[in-house]
Amino acid sequence: MRHLLSIADISKAEAISILDTAHELARVSDGAVKKLPTLRGRTIVNLFAEDSTRTRISFEAAAKRLSADVINFSAKGSSVSKGESLKDTAMTLQAMGADAVVIRHSASGSAQRLADSQWMSGSVINAGDGTHEHPSQALLDAFTIRKHLSLGRSDLEGLSVAIVGDVLHSRVVRSNVLLLSKLGAKVTLVAPPTLVPVGVDSWPCTVSYDFDAVIPFVDVVMMLRVQQERMTDFYFPNAREYSRYFGLNIDRMKSMKPESIVMHPGPMNRGLEISAEVADSARSVITEQVTNGVSVRMAILYVLLTGGALETGSN
Amino acid sequence: MSTIDLVIKGGQLPDGRKADIAIFGEQIVDVSDSFAGQASRSIDAKGCIVLPGLVDLHTHLREPGREDAETVLSGSRAGAKGGFTALSAMANTSPVADTAGVVEQVYRLGQEAGLLDVFPIGAVTQGLEGKTLSEIGAMADSVAQVRVFSDDGHCVSDPLVMRRALEYIKKFGGVIAQHAQDPRMTIGSQMNEGAVSSRLGLKGWPAVAEEAIIARDVLLADHVQSRLHICHLTTAGGVEIIRWAKARGINVTAEVTPHHLLLTDDLASSYDPIYKVNPPLRTESDVHALREALADGTIDIVATDHAPHPLEDKECEWQEAAFGMLGLETALSIVQKTMVDTGLLSWDLVAERMSHTPARIGGYLHQGQKIAVGSSANLTVINPTKSWTVDRDLVLSNSANTPYHGHELPGLILHTFFKGKQTMNNGSVADKESM
Repeated sequence: MRHLLSIADISKAEAISILDTAHELARVSDGAVKKLPTLRGRTIVNLFAEDSTRTRISFEAAAKRLSADVINFSAKGSSVSKGESLKDTAMTLQAMGADAVVIRHSASGSAQRLADSQWMSGSVINAGDGTHEHPSQALLDAFTIRKHLSLGRSDLEGLSVAIVGDVLHSRVVRSNVLLLSKLGAKVTLVAPPTLVPVGVDSWPCTVSYDFDAVIPFVDVVMMLRVQQERMTDFYFPNAREYSRYFGLNIDRMKSMKPESIVMHPGPMNRGLEISAEVADSARSVITEQVTNGVSVRMAILYVLLTGGALETGSN
Repeated sequence: MSTIDLVIKGGQLPDGRKADIAIFGEQIVDVSDSFAGQASRSIDAKGCIVLPGLVDLHTHLREPGREDAETVLSGSRAGAKGGFTALSAMANTSPVADTAGVVEQVYRLGQEAGLLDVFPIGAVTQGLEGKTLSEIGAMADSVAQVRVFSDDGHCVSDPLVMRRALEYIKKFGGVIAQHAQDPRMTIGSQMNEGAVSSRLGLKGWPAVAEEAIIARDVLLADHVQSRLHICHLTTAGGVEIIRWAKARGINVTAEVTPHHLLLTDDLASSYDPIYKVNPPLRTESDVHALREALADGTIDIVATDHAPHPLEDKECEWQEAAFGMLGLETALSIVQKTMVDTGLLSWDLVAERMSHTPARIGGYLHQGQKIAVGSSANLTVINPTKSWTVDRDLVLSNSANTPYHGHELPGLILHTFFKGKQTMNNGSVADKESM
């Protein structure tokens, strides 16, 4: 693997190897000395052409724990906001000697454009491109699900996952549908019909418009953020009606299976797609997702920049 | 007969007959099995097809305003290389071709280039804004004698404005060429809406946004008994509506571009904006429907929608990139590949779809005539058995945004003649001075 652009590009074995590597690296993070010397002398650029504090600091922490030098190149105050082209930005990063670029960009496909072009030679890691994909988020979600529910298996065979909310505009859902199904889970998308893309029938999942009919049968309920601007574009009548049919509140949570968990990629709209009680409940693994995010991103950088997975059981 | 200028010997006419074609001045003076007279020059066309000069009803020449992308001269050179003897310059220039002054300027630039006829298309509405009619009458009466009006790039979406425009052009027998795209349904749209767009996370451009406008406009054309032309048809559903309208006797014609006869939306998976075009590339089943419709005459003509863009407008993220692709230099080869080599269209019907009918729709005098004595000597000679490889570094257009770079295409165009003068010889386009 040279780049991580889309879950579609990686095999089940590669995905499991990243998860296994993350598992090993998490053990390191739990130790007294959190830092590994693996990427000493390597330069990783966080190119964030769109605001995202949590993903950026997660990648930054991951890179630093592997002893890489990290340069943060964020949109505000940078040449990206002054209309510099992606090409010129990439060529600048190349000239600075970036070994890897972690890119967050509002344009779908921008990570792939960067990787396919001759503009730079380093690895490209997609940290969210428009409404296309967010592969590291899906890997950390799979890691979290595996940790809680796989009963020692390396994949997610036999598990059922509901992903609920704005499927149409979500890059998280595209990566998760591909990855979770690749790992053997059964994925059901739950959303109002307006927020499901035309062509969804070609995805490896099923679609339901009825949250209550789905929730008692799944092992994982993953809630998606609903952007404020969807309210004004006729996707649904108003926030209250959205919450009534597609929000996860205490009443709905009661119908969940005993061991099932609640996830959210954040940032949450408490009171809209998820109630505060649910977000802070024992079923919620939302803050754990954040912790796991660092380990998984360490694993991604490790695999891409050292050319292989970490041997299981080693230190 | 005294010594004539040129004889094209042994080529095959569109109808399959082999003939020698003798040219004197601007005219064809003899078409016979074997020309017996004296000629100053003779061209061997054995193994070649001789077509009437191609006529494009949909070309973006970018002048005035974006001469870095294309000029009337560079577009004329690209046209001559592609076998064209007439182009239609779309109105979305800067300033917009919505006054007699602009269309006369473009017309004059075409004459100065001298490689083919450039027929300006006038804007339907001022500034292409869709609100008030442009100076349609003045453009029709100008030196350019505009007969085709289009806001191409934009849809005349207001039904009342469209109705008035259709009515107004009846005064001089004009035609409205509609870019059928409901603007509300396509805000921010990037590619065909379907399985591929759902996967790529690119905003969809639904087929219904095209079909709804076509359906509305054929009904309007029927109601006011006027003449409508649908630009760049791309969907199987649009084909069905045109078929229905023609069966009802509605005066509508339609065009398809070469790229919509060949390329499909899955090419967007590369996120390479070279495949970004408006209307977008559609699905395999749409491509089949378009080919069948062009074969059976539901779609009347092939038009290139040649849309040059400078490098920086394509060398970027997909959603930032400009819509459009080059077409003039590859159109005939793509039609051979998709329609002739597949057995769907005879060369006779290629002449119909790419020369006779577009000239008739545009009302272009001296263009699209049969290869016969007395016709204007506008001819294209193509060797259908030879192939060539497209190289974006060798295109004559000022821009290089061809989606076919590196493709091997059938049909090598060897010669183009415009009013008896050779404008292209084995790939080299003539200088005006040497003609």
